[in-house]
Amino acid sequence: MEHEECRHLLGELSEYIDGTLEAKLCAEIERHLLECERCRVVVDTLHKTVYLVQSTASEVQVPQEVRQRLFKRLDLDDFVQK
Amino acid sequence: MVEEKRDAMFSLEALKGGNRSEFARLVEANYQLIYRLAFKILGNQQDAEDALQETFIKAFRYLKDFDGRSSISTWLYRIATNEALMILRKHKVDMVSVDEPLAEGEEEKEPLQIVDWCCMPEEELMSSEAKQTLDRAIERLPVSLRLVFVLRDIQGLSTRETGEVLDLSDTAVKTRLSRARLRLREDLSGYFGDRMIALQGKV
Ligand SMILES: [Zn+2]
Repeated sequence: MEHEECRHLLGELSEYIDGTLEAKLCAEIERHLLECERCRVVVDTLHKTVYLVQSTASEVQVPQEVRQRLFKRLDLDDFVQK
Repeated sequence: MVEEKRDAMFSLEALKGGNRSEFARLVEANYQLIYRLAFKILGNQQDAEDALQETFIKAFRYLKDFDGRSSISTWLYRIATNEALMILRKHKVDMVSVDEPLAEGEEEKEPLQIVDWCCMPEEELMSSEAKQTLDRAIERLPVSLRLVFVLRDIQGLSTRETGEVLDLSDTAVKTRLSRARLRLREDLSGYFGDRMIALQGKV
C-alpha cells in the first residue's frame, strides 16, 4: 500500500523540486515524505542531481578555433573581433 | 523575458535583408549557446562543431522566412536541434520518435538506488570523475528524453520555450524532464553510493 503511494507520487517529484507543482499535490507529497524515508532520499538526491547538472552546465567552453572556423565558414571573417 | 531582450538587440529588418554585419552580431551573441546545446546532445566536439556551422548556414539562408512568432534564439534552437538529430541519424543512433506520445524505452522507472549521498563533501560531488559519470549518464538517455533535459536543465529554457523548440505540449515536456532526471539520479546514486563505501573504508 505504502509502496503504491510512492509509485503514484514518483512522476510528480520533478515538478515538486522545481516548486511548480500545484498546492494540493505538494501537500500530498509533503505528507507522504513525513512517513516515507525512501521517498525522502529520492527527493533529496533528485534535487542534488539537478543542482549538480545546473552548476556544471556552464562549464562547456567553446574552443577559440571553433569560433574562428565558424566565422570563416560563414564568410564573416571581416567581422571577427580580435 | 530574457530571450525577448536578447532579440531586441537585433534589427530584424537588417537580418532579413541579408545584412552581414548584423548577422555577424547574431552569430556572436548565440554561437556559445548553440555549441553547448549541440555538444550536450551529441557528446563530442567534432559533431558539435558540424551542427554549429550547419545551424548558422541554414539560419542565414532561411532568415528571410523567419516569421517572428517565436524569439530568434528559440528559432535558432529549433534549427540546431534538427541538425543534431540529423547527425544522430547519420550515426544510426537507435532513433526513437521525438514526437508524442512517449515511445518504448522512455517509461518511468522505479528508483532502485536508495542511498543518501547528499551530504558528501563538495569536492566529491564536483570531482572530475563525478562529472564524467554525469556526462555518460546524459549520453545514455534516450534521445527524446535527452533533448528535453538539455534544453530545460542545461540551457535553462522554460517549459513553454522547450515545447516550442521541440513541438511538444507542456505536459510532454514535464513528463520527459521528470524521467530524464530520475534516470540521472539513479546513475549518480550508483556512483556516489560506491564512493561512500570507498571513503568509509579509508576511515
Ligand atoms: Zn514513498
